[in-house]
Amino acid sequence: MKNNVWVFCEHGADGIRPVTLELIGKGTELGTVTAVSVQPLSEAEIKSLSETGADRIISGDLADADVLTSIDALCGLIKEYGPDILLVGATAFGRSMAPGIAARLKTGLTADCTGLEIDAETGLLKQTRPAFGGNLMATIVCPDTKPQIATVRPKVFRSIQTDNHAEVIRVHCEAAPSPITLLRQELNKGEVSIADADVLVSVGQGIGTQENIRLAEKLAEKLGGTLSASRPMIDNGILPYARQVGQTGRTVAPRLYIALGISGAVQHMAGVAAKHIIAVNTDPDAPIFAYADYAIRQDCGTFLHAILDQLK
Amino acid sequence: MKITVCVKQVPASNEARLDPVTNTIIRDGAKSVLNPFDEHAVEEAVRIKAQVGGTITAVTMGIPAASEMLRRVIAVGADRALLLTDRAFAGSDTLATATALSAAVKKDGMPDLILCGKMATDGDTAQVGPMLAELLGIPHICNVSKIVSITDKAITVCENTDDGVNTVTAALPALLTVVREINIPKLPSIAGILKGEATQIETVTAADLNITSEHLGLKGSATRVVSSERPNLVHHTVVIDGTADEQAKKLLAILDSGEVR
Repeated sequence: MKNNVWVFCEHGADGIRPVTLELIGKGTELGTVTAVSVQPLSEAEIKSLSETGADRIISGDLADADVLTSIDALCGLIKEYGPDILLVGATAFGRSMAPGIAARLKTGLTADCTGLEIDAETGLLKQTRPAFGGNLMATIVCPDTKPQIATVRPKVFRSIQTDNHAEVIRVHCEAAPSPITLLRQELNKGEVSIADADVLVSVGQGIGTQENIRLAEKLAEKLGGTLSASRPMIDNGILPYARQVGQTGRTVAPRLYIALGISGAVQHMAGVAAKHIIAVNTDPDAPIFAYADYAIRQDCGTFLHAILDQLK
Repeated sequence: MKITVCVKQVPASNEARLDPVTNTIIRDGAKSVLNPFDEHAVEEAVRIKAQVGGTITAVTMGIPAASEMLRRVIAVGADRALLLTDRAFAGSDTLATATALSAAVKKDGMPDLILCGKMATDGDTAQVGPMLAELLGIPHICNVSKIVSITDKAITVCENTDDGVNTVTAALPALLTVVREINIPKLPSIAGILKGEATQIETVTAADLNITSEHLGLKGSATRVVSSERPNLVHHTVVIDGTADEQAKKLLAILDSGEVR
């Protein structure tokens, strides 16, 4: 019996968030996939969800659904349809919503999973996630209750392409009016978001000078990326919190992470889920070299001048 | 105003030492601290109390040694502290933890406002706050970066979202989880430290909570850890040698090739 996998369809300022499509793709490995939206879906959105692997789509009727309304609506739908698994993107919204659902339904939730697979013997979802800042990988199951809920950060999995034509079910969502009133919304349009960057040039205490930070930012620009930093740079007031990578900052998942003068402390690396890490550091014993795919033992300033010269 | 702050004692460092036989974390002897995010929650509670008056109760679920952390929380401005400690709580996942905390909070008398740090640096889940709110039947707002205004009936806050910042209002009682940007925690004064030493920490056991054992600890957990291991840091690092110019050239060649797609 194939698992009935639900994927929460999350909407952002620009439409369906990419993480939803990534989870649908992963979901196809785990069972039959139903994409669930408490908001009504457009034809284009339905097509997108279909093509990325949804077998079924549930489209709700709530024009505006904040976290609490979504918890209400989803719990109602879950009670009616009884999915085995619920996957939610580990966005700020998802991380606020999923625990509310888990607590109301008294079921298990595993946050920030980096691995998901079905146990061949038990049919249960095996959820793998890092703990202790990444020093430990734990595999977790939810053996006695349904749905088994997991949140997954953006870019952990990749979306896929299929030629599915999902069955669409339009439903009415029961939800109490939200006890929270939105007074004002400020969107980050155009402002730096290190969380979405394809390339990050990241500076740590070993960057040396303000001038080198300027050069690092220039390198980021040339590579089509963004400047980010480790915690000491923010604590010292050199760069704003929006640029902080690490356990108490942002988790980033760029294709390239170029670490300049970053020692590679566990709490920093816990926030780095990059495809390729390039480390530049004068200290041959810096922990970052254990994580780096490419190691450049060089002074940051010297290196920056050299690479920017060649990029002219 | 009655304010409750949920706090947690976490290992000072993230270095996990595994027992080679059982694969579980060796916690004894490891230095413990107040979860950094909770420091900000406590500081915010202190500021709110300074503004509107009231009492601050710190609540934690932990081992007996967690009382040291609670004394520190009193030293920076909490009025009283509850320590939920009992073997029956051992092995609790986030749901079982939230269940115990909600019972303790209800028993102590529903507060007007509950503050939590966004997440704890050992579990990293950020789940207990929202779960606690749900079990208490009150609204929650996560990632609060600023308290704009507060009356005895409602609170208005700035909430960091995925797309920016929302300013929202909730009727009290409500639960907030806070991020680091919200404030800079103050250090305790000597008078505070002395007060912390002198204050009686109220201990709460499972029996005090009136919940049956199947809702607590390992039994009351909906999730189970089936295995834990050190990640395979078998790494192939390519060292790029040469002068700075040569290194830059080699790196650019790699970036241009298909190698780092």
